[in-house]
Amino acid sequence: KSYVKVDEEFLEELEEILIVSDVGMNTTMKIIERLREEIKTNKISDIEEVKSVLKRILEDLLTTTKENTLDISPSPAIIVVIGVNGVGKTTSIGKLAYNLKRSGKKVMMVAGDTFRAAAIDQLKVWGERTGVNVIHQQEGSDPAAIIYDAIQSAKAKKTDVLICDTAGRLHNKKNLMNELGKVFKIIEREYPEARKEILLVLDATTGQNAIQQAKTFKEVADITGITLTKLDGTAKGGVVLGITSELDIPVKFIGVGEGVGDLQPFNPKDFVEALLSEN
Amino acid sequence: MIFEGLSEKLQNTFKKLKGKGKLSEKDVKSAMREVKLALLEADVNYKVVKDFTKKVTERTVGHGVLESLTPGQQVIKIVNEELTELMGNTQSKITFSSKPPTVIMLVGLQGAGKTTTGGKLGGQLKKLGKRPVLVACDVYRPAAIKQLQVVGEKLDIPVFSMGDKMSPVNIAKAGIEHAKKYGNDVVIIDTAGRLHIDEKLMNELKDIKTEVTPHEIMLVVDAMTGQDAVNVAKAFDSELGLEGIILTKLDGDTRGGAALSVRAVTGKPIKYIGVGEKLTDLEPFYPDRLASRILGM
Ligand SMILES: Nc1nc2c(ncn2[C@@H]2O[C@H](COP(=O)(O)OP(=O)(O)OP(=O)(O)O)[C@@H](O)[C@H]2O)c(=O)[nH]1
Ligand SMILES: Nc1nc2c(ncn2[C@@H]2O[C@H](COP(=O)(O)OP(=O)(O)OP(=O)(O)O)[C@@H](O)[C@H]2O)c(=O)[nH]1
Ligand SMILES: [K+]
Ligand SMILES: [Mg+2]
Ligand SMILES: [Mg+2]
Repeated sequence: KSYVKVDEEFLEELEEILIVSDVGMNTTMKIIERLREEIKTNKISDIEEVKSVLKRILEDLLTTTKENTLDISPSPAIIVVIGVNGVGKTTSIGKLAYNLKRSGKKVMMVAGDTFRAAAIDQLKVWGERTGVNVIHQQEGSDPAAIIYDAIQSAKAKKTDVLICDTAGRLHNKKNLMNELGKVFKIIEREYPEARKEILLVLDATTGQNAIQQAKTFKEVADITGITLTKLDGTAKGGVVLGITSELDIPVKFIGVGEGVGDLQPFNPKDFVEALLSEN
Repeated sequence: MIFEGLSEKLQNTFKKLKGKGKLSEKDVKSAMREVKLALLEADVNYKVVKDFTKKVTERTVGHGVLESLTPGQQVIKIVNEELTELMGNTQSKITFSSKPPTVIMLVGLQGAGKTTTGGKLGGQLKKLGKRPVLVACDVYRPAAIKQLQVVGEKLDIPVFSMGDKMSPVNIAKAGIEHAKKYGNDVVIIDTAGRLHIDEKLMNELKDIKTEVTPHEIMLVVDAMTGQDAVNVAKAFDSELGLEGIILTKLDGDTRGGAALSVRAVTGKPIKYIGVGEKLTDLEPFYPDRLASRILGM
């Protein structure tokens, strides 16, 4: 029963796999269209060959014109982490601080989320876990002001990388998005010599709304990369295919757990393999 | 608004149907294809969508609907009925135990909104004259206990905690003893976020359930969740037996298809929706009203 024909039914099966992985209708139809054309022009009749063509198409969608690793050398550098509520920003910052410190960088974190209950304490715990200094003020203070302070401190202490946490905000809330603009202005003005990375955190369990998130955050931030979290669950995070290809933003990291060691560089091949695998 | 885009798409489809005096099987088929696309784009689960369109088609074709005087209207009526059915018909509330305290346990994936929702729920119940206590059973997430304490303080609701060195099972048990002693008639247990495939942590929830037999175990689900929502809801429901679901973050622009999916696969009602970060941003959920709103009726 291993003999399967490359027919409409087979393509429909592939379509289902993509949709169930959150690739979304639009991107899925584009992918299937491309696949259909390649099958036709190259007269492919072998299932395995179709699969490898599909993999190539998917990897291709994940390839952008941008660097897919952090651009933080030479020092100093500043990394701002943004995204909607609860996606894993603070946790990813903790993990990133751990990785960078292990690679020999002098790292500092700043608690730019002054809104969420105990967000500052949460980052402080990550500071203790990783042995990285955390700049903070009390709840309710102005995030731009704290980041200003942190930049001065980073300069004084000759810090290699300053990582800024920000409050979760839904992209459709104008005033909160504007607040982010204020933060970027401060950074622009106070730290022009620093290399800038702006990482948008997306939760792999999120569906098609992630596209809207990326589009709207892109309007206020020069996003340099995506961190895709919670890939240790059963969600595939297929929505990033549409985001990388349409918005030309590379995925730089994936989150695969809640521990310090659970942040990995993004590998398109592995990602595609996991996306097409049974579970 | 939740389902805004979905609503628009479906209404466009139906306009076309209504415009036709007579409907053929083919018309229904192509309308169902449009419905399918609209639902998928709203993140309704693939299988749920398939079942839905199949059911609508079955009720339509070969049942005199197409031969009726207003076939378009009839099809829309069927879709509305099925959509309402899918979401659960009427509003469901929390049931309070005749022997207080009523114990409510909130469970779900990481970052879904459990701790915030626990606070919101406590705040609402307090306004109804209840005397809730929040119990801090998340001993894993950094500063989770502190977060619950800050929330409790803002609402002037007591928070019972034993630090992060005790087992959540023991904390839950002690929390209920505490409630009995101090006359708290509602206990809201905040648990750590966990993956539905994390056996150890799922067992922990089962142990809490066995120990304190909560009256309401509610799954907190992020409304932005995609296709995976069904796997999560199914797993939590089969492991724990849910009483209901709370959807959060509906103040975003998500189309919120997860609402349909989780309800469809568990059959459990959505009891509340979270519509903001403020501790007053929790609303009851009215499925029938929502179905009508989606279809513009
Ligand atoms: N399983 C898993 N959980 C994660 C991952 N990343 C973060 N989490 C968990 O997700 C929850 C939310 O993470 P946070 O880092 O607080 O998210 P955030 O984006 O900072 O949240 P807000 O500041 O409230 O907007 C926590 O329970 C984290 O432990 C991951 O890669 N895998
Ligand atoms: N906009 C909006 N944000 C919400 C809503 N509910 C919760 N949040 C936010 O979502 C984020 C996560 O909420 P938490 O209550 O910490 O979620 P949790 O499920 O307890 O997270 P873990 O304990 O880490 O698993 C926080 O930033 C909350 O402020 C909501 O209805 N709307
Ligand atoms: K989430
Ligand atoms: Mg945070
Ligand atoms: Mg929590």
